[in-house]
Order: sequence, then structure tokens, then C-alpha cells
Amino acid sequence: MIYIYATSVFVGMMVFLTALLLVAERYLANYGICKVDINAGQRSFDVEGGMTLLSCLIEQKIFIPSACGGHGTCGFCKVTVISGGGPVLPTETTFLTRTEQRANLRLACQVKVKQELHMKIPEEMLNVKLFSASVQSVKTLTHDIKEIRFSIIEPSEISQRPGQYVQIKVPTPDGPVFRAYSISSPSFDKKHVELNVRLMPQGLGSTYLHSLKENDSVEFTGPYGEFRLSEEPETEIICVGGGCGMAPMKNIIYSLYEKWPQRSCWLFFGCRTNQDVFYFNEFLELAKKHPTLKVMYALSDPVKDGELWSGERGFVHLSVDKHLAQNVKRQAFLCGPPPMIEAVTRVLLEKGVTPADIFYDKF
Amino acid sequence: MNHTPAYLIFFAALFTNNILLSNFLGMCHWLACTRNMLSATGLGMAMTIVTGLTTVLNYVIYYNILIPLRLEYLMFLMFIAVIAAFVQLAEMIVERFNAKLYYSLGIFLPLMVVNCTIMGAALFMVVRHYSFMQTVGWGFGAGGGWMLSAVLMAALRKKAGYSNPPKAFAGAGIVMIIAGFMAMAFMGFAGMVAIE
Repeated sequence: MIYIYATSVFVGMMVFLTALLLVAERYLANYGICKVDINAGQRSFDVEGGMTLLSCLIEQKIFIPSACGGHGTCGFCKVTVISGGGPVLPTETTFLTRTEQRANLRLACQVKVKQELHMKIPEEMLNVKLFSASVQSVKTLTHDIKEIRFSIIEPSEISQRPGQYVQIKVPTPDGPVFRAYSISSPSFDKKHVELNVRLMPQGLGSTYLHSLKENDSVEFTGPYGEFRLSEEPETEIICVGGGCGMAPMKNIIYSLYEKWPQRSCWLFFGCRTNQDVFYFNEFLELAKKHPTLKVMYALSDPVKDGELWSGERGFVHLSVDKHLAQNVKRQAFLCGPPPMIEAVTRVLLEKGVTPADIFYDKF
Repeated sequence: MNHTPAYLIFFAALFTNNILLSNFLGMCHWLACTRNMLSATGLGMAMTIVTGLTTVLNYVIYYNILIPLRLEYLMFLMFIAVIAAFVQLAEMIVERFNAKLYYSLGIFLPLMVVNCTIMGAALFMVVRHYSFMQTVGWGFGAGGGWMLSAVLMAALRKKAGYSNPPKAFAGAGIVMIIAGFMAMAFMGFAGMVAIE
């Protein structure tokens, strides 16, 4: 009898407490249906209250950049929340500067939709799509860089601008995360997306991409990126890349000569040794067709005895300094490690390029 | 049976028999959440409400259900279940009405389930044979006492942040020393009110 008492008292108590919590949840954690409005009426939809803004947007097939899968660790999913986002949370302050906080920038993965919410995102992000594709070819470029080419299955075409990037969906045991890679295939090739991927031994994205074989299927979202190539044919284009920062340059140069065969363009590419050089012959071939393209590869390590190297030597910013004339109208795109970007930016400013015409991608 | 009036027990729990500084219960939250005033007051309020309500509810359960059915041995299980449910409730309330506090407390809010102050208050209520009104005074007093010492500690830590303690004492070291001094100061009051 005593056991029956004990069990029933305990079970009864548990049922009572569970009921209490359920009732509380019904009234406390229920925010009803909330309206989300993007760009003052350009797009608006209703969502179940209590979800994070990022998951609401993904549900509506609006893909904003996000690498960590909504854990608040990458800080990429910044959006402008005009009203209804609540106070800035301690989990966001590490990623938002004071200026950004004053400009109402928030991390979409941390903001919960609990009331009518008005937000602003760049219009292009509304055009970002989720693509499914299959691996068409994998080519080894250097000891740690592979060229991976996808052919797009659904939707059938991608319209990208040179300098833009895609986010590859990387499956992990804790759910998918996204990693950004610049598109290296030219923008007129709408059926394919090509990436140059350097293997980082501990990296989630690069180890996944390096493990892909032909006909494997992948998913990615894109295209992202604000960069716009200058449309004025007189503006000279300067591309400076280092390490594996070749992908956007290749896209820019091939797209450029498709549209303006006579346009002046310089490619500077910094490598450590002869083993890190790739795409050199392809660019020399292109330069034969278009004499206005100047290709400069620079090796920063001393060339060993017996090695053949006719190109530039020393760090890449030195050859930028050596070859460019003063005060020509230019647009520059830099991609590579931060010290390289800083050094090259300094040189370009000395050459009279305005800061607004220098675009860069540090990694 | 002790005959101290309920209001005296309340004040005794706040000052002379502060559960944190005289019994050293609930230290981990106290050290973790006193880095800033917002989380100290926020968690302090949550602690006061949860400790007060669960101690009273546990009194009702203990004397009206467990004792008549001779199920005193279920005491610990029941108390913990009640505390867990009320912490969940507190979590929902804080998330709904103060998201900033909710995120600044982070894991420490659900961790209140294992805070010794709450369980300790309920167990003291049993061993000291309090009456219902005394339990009300004791429960809210114990929670309020925790809040009081947390707020004091947050204030002192803020002051410590602006001063230059010797390098070896900076950070956690000086916090432990401050805690020791506070406990000694409160020890001076001990025994003024007979609460047992």
C-alpha cells in the first residue's frame, strides 16, 4: 500500500507541475502570429512568434549570409532592424561596433520575432537563391589548392557579377553550416560555378570540398557581394591577389575581356614559391589575345638554384609599386591575407587611387 | 518549536543569518553573476521569488501530503521537482519580459535548479520546524538575503574594477578576499536573533 501511495503522490505531483508549466508556456511563450516587413513593404510575411529572425527569413527563402548556422559565432547575418527587435543583446555586442548599433544593425540569428518587426536588407539579398548542383570536375592546382567545378541543376541558371561569392552548405554532425567561397568562373557562364579551394587541415568547409568527387551533389546559396565592376571602359582594372585569392580575379578578368576586349587590366599575383603558381599559362594565353592585359606573378621566397623564374620577385606590393603609373583612373580589387591587403592599399593610395575605388576581401 | 515572529525571521534571514554569508549556500551563482549590477539584481529578484514560492509550496507539500501519508523520505525528490518547475517558470517570465537580462544570465538562469540556496531554504524550513507564517518569512528572507549580498558584491566588484589591487590578487583573487570580508562582517551579527 505504501508503494502505491508513494508512486501516486509522486506521479500526481509531476502531473501538477507539468500542467502548471504547460499553462505558463501557453500564455508566456506564445507571441501569436507576428508580421515581418522588409524594406518598407517590398516584402512582408507573417510568422509564428518566438522564432529567430534568421530562421524566419530562411523559411521564407530569403538567404542572408550566415556561416555558423545561427549560433551567433560568425557575425555575418547583420541586418538593419528598424523597429520591433528589442534591445541589443549581450550575445551580439561582440560583433557590433557602437556605430553599427546606432545604425540599428542586429544579428538576425539572435533577434527573436516577438512583435511586428520592420527591417531593411540590401535589395540584392532578396534575389539570393538556394542552388542544387553536382560536381562536374575536380582539378588539383597546387599541393593544397583544388579547382572544383559545379554544374547547376536547380534553378537552372545563376546570374552573378564578378567578385561575388556563394555560401556552400557543409553538412556537419551538428547540422549544416555555411562557408563562403568566391566564384572563379566568369559571369557569362551561367550554367556553372567554379571555386578555388585551399585545404585548411582543420577547416570544415575546405575539408568537405576537398573530399568531393565527380557527380557528388552539393547545395549552396548565392550570389552574395556588393562589388560592382566599373562600367566605364577607360577605367583601368587592377587585380591583386595572394595565396588562394585568385578566384575573384579570374572571374573579373575573364568577364571583363568578354565584354570589353580592349580594356586595360593588370593582374598582380603573389606566391611564395614556384610550387604555388597556378593559372599562369592560362593568363599568358589570354594576354596574347588581349595585349591590354598585363600579368605579373611575384614570388616572395628566394628562387632556388636551378629553378627557372622569369617573373617578378619579392612581395607583391613592390611590383604593384614598380609597374603602375601615377594618377590613372582605376578600380582595384584585392584579395588575400591582411598584411598584403594593407601594403597594397598603401601603395595604391600613393598612386592616386581613391579609397572608394579600392575593394578588398581579407582572409 | 521556535516562537520567533515571522517578520523577525524575515529580517534575520536578510541580515543576521544571511544564507549566503553565514551558511555559504549558493556561492557559485553568487561569484558568477555579480560581474555586473544588471545580472546581480536580475538574478537576485529571480532567486527571491523562486526561493520564497518554492519554500512555501514545499511547506504545504511536506506537512499536508508527505507527513500524513508517512512519505517523508520522498522529501528531497519532491522539493527538487518543485524547484525545477519554478525555475522553468522563472526562465519563461524573464525571457518574456526582459530579453536582455535573459541573455546576460545565459546558462546561469536554468542552473538555478541546482542552486543550494533554494534547496537549503526548504530543508532548513523542515529541520527548524517552522510554522506556515514563519516559513513565508524565512523563504522570502533567504532569497532576499541572497539578493542583498549579490547586490553588495556587484557594487564592491565594480569598485574593485576601478582600483589597482596587487597583481597577484587581481581578478578572482580579490573577489574571494572581498567575499571573506563580507562573511566576517555579517558574522558579527550572528546569534542576535534566535531563528532555530
